[in-house]
Amino acid sequence: MKILVAIKQVPDTATQVKIGADAKGIDTAGITWIVSPYDEFAVEEALRIKEKAGQGEVVAVTLGPERAKEALRSCLAMGCDRAIHLNDPAWGGTDTLVTARALAAVVKQEAPQLVLCGRQAIDDDMGATPAQLAEALGWPCAYWIMEEAVAADGQSIRVARQVEGGLEVFDVPLPAVLTCQKGLNEPRYPTLKGIMGAKKKEIKDVKAGDLGLEPGGEQLSVVALEALPPRPPGRIIQGDVPTAVKELVRSLREEAKAI
Amino acid sequence: MAGAFWCVVEDDRSGRPKKVMSEVLGEATRLAGAAEAVWLTDKATDEGLKQLGEWGAVKIWLLEHADLAPYRGEVWVPVLEALVERESPKAIFGPVTSRQREFLARLAARLGVGLAADCVALALEGDRLVATRPVYAGKLLSKVAWAKTPWVATLRPNVFRPADAQAGRTASVERPALTLPAARMKLVERREEVSTGLPELTEAEIVLSGGRGMKGPENYVILEELGGVIGAAVGASRAAVDAGWRPHRFQIGQTGRTISPKLYMGFGVSGAIQHLAGMRTSKVIVAVNKDPEAPIFKIADYGIVADLFEVVPHLTQEFKKLLEK
Ligand SMILES: Cc1cc2nc3c(=O)[nH]c(=O)nc-3n(C[C@H](O)[C@H](O)[C@H](O)COP(=O)(O)OP(=O)(O)OC[C@H]3O[C@@H](n4cnc5c(N)ncnc54)[C@H](O)[C@@H]3O)c2cc1C
Repeated sequence: MKILVAIKQVPDTATQVKIGADAKGIDTAGITWIVSPYDEFAVEEALRIKEKAGQGEVVAVTLGPERAKEALRSCLAMGCDRAIHLNDPAWGGTDTLVTARALAAVVKQEAPQLVLCGRQAIDDDMGATPAQLAEALGWPCAYWIMEEAVAADGQSIRVARQVEGGLEVFDVPLPAVLTCQKGLNEPRYPTLKGIMGAKKKEIKDVKAGDLGLEPGGEQLSVVALEALPPRPPGRIIQGDVPTAVKELVRSLREEAKAI
Repeated sequence: MAGAFWCVVEDDRSGRPKKVMSEVLGEATRLAGAAEAVWLTDKATDEGLKQLGEWGAVKIWLLEHADLAPYRGEVWVPVLEALVERESPKAIFGPVTSRQREFLARLAARLGVGLAADCVALALEGDRLVATRPVYAGKLLSKVAWAKTPWVATLRPNVFRPADAQAGRTASVERPALTLPAARMKLVERREEVSTGLPELTEAEIVLSGGRGMKGPENYVILEELGGVIGAAVGASRAAVDAGWRPHRFQIGQTGRTISPKLYMGFGVSGAIQHLAGMRTSKVIVAVNKDPEAPIFKIADYGIVADLFEVVPHLTQEFKKLLEK
């Protein structure tokens, strides 16, 4: 089975992010970049499906600037067979819809049976691209997958999707788009051999024109990026435990009106 | 009403809208003067319709059909798309829930319009809508605007002011004719979670969170007892979830649930940035930790530096006394 995994390079949560000069994006100087954590669940699951079947191909794809190649290299080091980089300044100010349409064009060319994505990218937390990709393709889609099993005939996949109050198990005919949730698996670390091997694997650069796409068409734009309003300073309640607890309960009731 | 503001109903699967709908309807009414509800369901109840009216919906578009449950985007999207094409609403809002996150994204794609997910504020500026949403693990706020209508957005629960409910206020109900596409996804089974008797994490007004400081799964009983007294949900940090003490659905944070309760109380939680990402929009934050240097104290409104195993039983007693009064 051929599986395409859509991934995104994002700032490591632990790095400080500063608002950039245009106040619409972040200042990228000094940022540590990682593969968005949910996407690692998607890569891991794709590799497991391939390993279980004993055959197949896993292709990592991303849309992003030149530096996003490092994220693709990490996926190749984990075990993906090759990678596709949607690398074109035309996609500079893209929104989820433009990204989804670009990914859909790649999916049509590559014709995988399955597309796996992370539940959401941890930079903008929009979580919309996979659903919009499914829509652009006209494929079924299931979000927040906690379990999956490809049917023996390779024509469908059984997935358990997390919903409020439980899990819903569906049979989904392939091809389909799925988004992976924490709890699905434990992503592997690349081995030294994997890292060395990744250098020899193909990363294909693709421009908007190669996919027959016109630049533009963004439907949502950032007006401004702002710092959080500061929280009022807090108070450490002193005293022995019974006294402190009494004072906390009183404060929650009378000052904060939270109870 | 041309250019109506629509609110997609989230129900509890037994024909009643969830309480978060009061917030979505309240915000739409505040922005537009009036809001309409759109309810896709296999089974609406009179009680549910009445509730939506009391929460301020002036009209309810009732899209009722056995095949609308369980939720499947491939069925819901064309059904609502047809109504949108006919009625041209100006805005379509829904709460952030696992299904609406996918549904409204797909609907926006089908309509070729923008989607702003997980908004914490909405404001009309002239003739455009500007949405505010947390980004980069909640470290920054991003303000976004749409190129055209309908403005599609999902709203974070517990952030927006609920509607001023009015007993006896009713909504007109319209039942458009429906054509459903055949579903390709087939439901095999539903595995219900064992109910803790406590509220659902993302909906709860009070959330207690137990971290690695809880020392083991058996100790969550003391948080559940406290939760029972004050009607709180009990969540956990990733460290506690990864240790196998709590199922993943209870995890709060970047790779767990995002919550925004009126009151969050963390016990034995250090306050790592990824945990904060899931709870920093809580209105009041309380931290109980042995370590005075724990980062959670930096964002807490109230802190107690002490052993949680001493603090929790006292808290339970104090709240009991307070609430019995
Ligand atoms: C990609 C990624 C995603 C992540 N996503 C999440 C996420 O979604 N949610 C999340 O929570 N974390 C997440 N993390 C993990 C996060 O970085 C922290 O490791 C985690 O939050 C720590 O959990 P903790 O505070 O319970 O444990 P610790 O950091 O070990 O803190 C335990 C605290 O308990 C205190 N303590 C111990 N005993 C007692 C006692 N008897 N009484 C009072 N206090 C006591 C200690 O002083 C300490 O501060 C993520 C990490 C990564 C890399």
